[in-house]
Amino acid sequence: MSRPTIPIRPAHAPTPAFEYFSTKKDEFVGWARKFSLFPYPFVTACCAMEFMAVSSTPYDTDRFGAALPRFSPRQSDLLMVVGTLTHKQAPVLLRVYEQMCEPKWVMAFGACATSGGFYQNYAAVAGIDKIIPVDIYVPGCPPRPETVIDAIMKLQDRIAGSRHPIITGSF
Amino acid sequence: MTAAVVDLMQQQLVPPAGEASLSHGMLVVVVPPADLLGTVRRLKSEFGFDLFLDVTAVDWPERTPRFDVVYHFYSTAHMIRVRLKTRVPEAEPMVDSLVPLYGSANFMERECHDMYGIVFRGNPDLRPILLYEGFVGHPLRKDYPKLQEQPLVPYRT
Amino acid sequence: MTMPTVETRLPNPVRPAFERGERDDAVIVNIGPSHPATHGTIQVIAALDGEKVQRVDVHCGYLHRGFEKECEDHTWHNLIPYVDRLNYCSGLINDFAYCEAVETLMDVEITPRCRYLRTLLSEYSRIADHLTCVAASLMELGAMTAFLYLVMIRDYIYEHLADLTGARVTYTYGRIGGLARDLPAGWLKRLGEILDKYEVFVGRIHGLMDRNRIFIDRTRDIGVISTADAINWGFTGPILRSTGAPRDLRKDAPYLAYAELDFDVPVGIKGDNYDRYYVRMREMDESVYMIRQLMDLLPEGPINVDDRRCTLPEKRLVYTEIESLINHFKLIMDGPDVPAGEVYAAHEAPNGELGFYLVSTGGGTPYKFHVRSPSFVHMGGVQRLLEGYQLADIIPTFGSVNMIGGECDR
Repeated sequence: MSRPTIPIRPAHAPTPAFEYFSTKKDEFVGWARKFSLFPYPFVTACCAMEFMAVSSTPYDTDRFGAALPRFSPRQSDLLMVVGTLTHKQAPVLLRVYEQMCEPKWVMAFGACATSGGFYQNYAAVAGIDKIIPVDIYVPGCPPRPETVIDAIMKLQDRIAGSRHPIITGSF
Repeated sequence: MTAAVVDLMQQQLVPPAGEASLSHGMLVVVVPPADLLGTVRRLKSEFGFDLFLDVTAVDWPERTPRFDVVYHFYSTAHMIRVRLKTRVPEAEPMVDSLVPLYGSANFMERECHDMYGIVFRGNPDLRPILLYEGFVGHPLRKDYPKLQEQPLVPYRT
Repeated sequence: MTMPTVETRLPNPVRPAFERGERDDAVIVNIGPSHPATHGTIQVIAALDGEKVQRVDVHCGYLHRGFEKECEDHTWHNLIPYVDRLNYCSGLINDFAYCEAVETLMDVEITPRCRYLRTLLSEYSRIADHLTCVAASLMELGAMTAFLYLVMIRDYIYEHLADLTGARVTYTYGRIGGLARDLPAGWLKRLGEILDKYEVFVGRIHGLMDRNRIFIDRTRDIGVISTADAINWGFTGPILRSTGAPRDLRKDAPYLAYAELDFDVPVGIKGDNYDRYYVRMREMDESVYMIRQLMDLLPEGPINVDDRRCTLPEKRLVYTEIESLINHFKLIMDGPDVPAGEVYAAHEAPNGELGFYLVSTGGGTPYKFHVRSPSFVHMGGVQRLLEGYQLADIIPTFGSVNMIGGECDR
């Protein structure tokens, strides 16, 4: 299923003043959201080792605001799928994704989450984007911690630059 | 000392319908399925093979009987291993379960059943363990295509 | 039109052993498979009487990646990356155990330098695995500091192994007949530095945890198992040793260079969580002692055996001689020609006995490839450690069993 898109229909005619105000609001909310990511580490396989490494010293994700993992999908906004997704685990992933509230982002951590890695058989799903929409893909088997940090920073850039309708569907 | 135990087993353990051989330093005993439980009982009580290592199967599709069910045991006293094999046909892939003798047999037999379809008579719980409910077929058989996926969740379009 | 419910759209992949209706007196709690403290993808369905666990149904298989079927399609060399990802905390031990199995089938004897180096790297991997296990279990009990210290050392080890093999976690360093490459300059000196740092850091963890009232209360007499029960349920490795039985394949059936090393096998007294923690800490110390001995014992010489059936020829020769070119081509495309036969070879992995049962019908690909994984067998017996204790004890007990998903589900 595809992610529902929120149609941009301004309540008023888009005057320059409204657009300016709306952009400033988006910048502010984007800044707040990008530096307070609460990851849900959906950990399955070997990439967990690099997830543990990137969460602790010296490659600290706390510097980027993404330190505190929230192990409840209701309380988190960044779903990091760390490791291979198998067909047996797929309903679990979909249920966790659906339980997360908007706004939410998905990081496919590792080659197996991105595309199935080198597991091409009856048991592994060829990439989590067959099940849920993904915002950022992190290649590597497993990715070096610096790659993960680069991915978090790219995701933060995307969050900073996107629209954040918080009051109505459009503002 | 270990060679003495191996010789003793070769003389005394193998039932009349079985064969014994050495493979890379390990004793391999082939028994018919009916003698399996009795042989394992003797292995455990008389020869001290108290640790049940593994059960798996090998699929020889051109041969009858089709499956080789392979057991490995380890003796903590003598510190050697032994391999036990039995052959079962495709039409009736049943062997006796070793759950009455070893607790660890439960999960390993479930896996063998999942992957090959070998039915273990006497195992109280042959649910799928590595595969999931609704999976049709036995993947490690040679006629199951490797790429045949059975998704539980429909893919996004 | 009936709306699809969650149950119809998302089928339950497992069949629980007991249903809610059967046990009216018990509360049924589902833990996992996506859970921070189950170290991966394990589902534990617990029937609770208040806080006490009456019955437990453990489900694994959520990380079954079709390893055995996948390996039947690859050459003996090509599947080494898959083998790495079994027990991914100690990838080198998987490599070396597998390579030894194939070398037995091919009747190839590795060089002395390779033998000692494989022993050294096995012990180094063992340290990394035990560090991960102890760090994760202590973090789950609330000791975040211990996690950070131990993962710091583990990070030094990873970077150091990346200097040698090119990768931090999944190395693919073992080759049939030897290793991928020899030690770079300065590697052993850095090894000495890391071992010194290890001793400082682990000393601090000992000071923090060993006589800590909270830690002792949470782990002493929890998850107790006797030796006879442990052997019956197939436990090997630190779990069996924590019950008091000094069973260790490195002493009982020595392989590689273990027969020449001087080391002790730490055993516990009661078989509870505290003993498992302490056995792992002491095993790490023994591994450091072994590595120090091996650093002195390491002989000079070639890394790979000079056998063209399995060893790739030198690149200079591949580019200049036609025989080497053809040999290289055949080894890469078809795989080393392993004679028909079967073999079971086991090493003492950090979790227990890791065995490889290989069946070959000649040719470059395996006919059957089976892994006897210690974690899978332990999952069969873990209910003995969980039943009768409290819900909160499931977490430290699971941490002490060190279930690694890649190894358990393969």
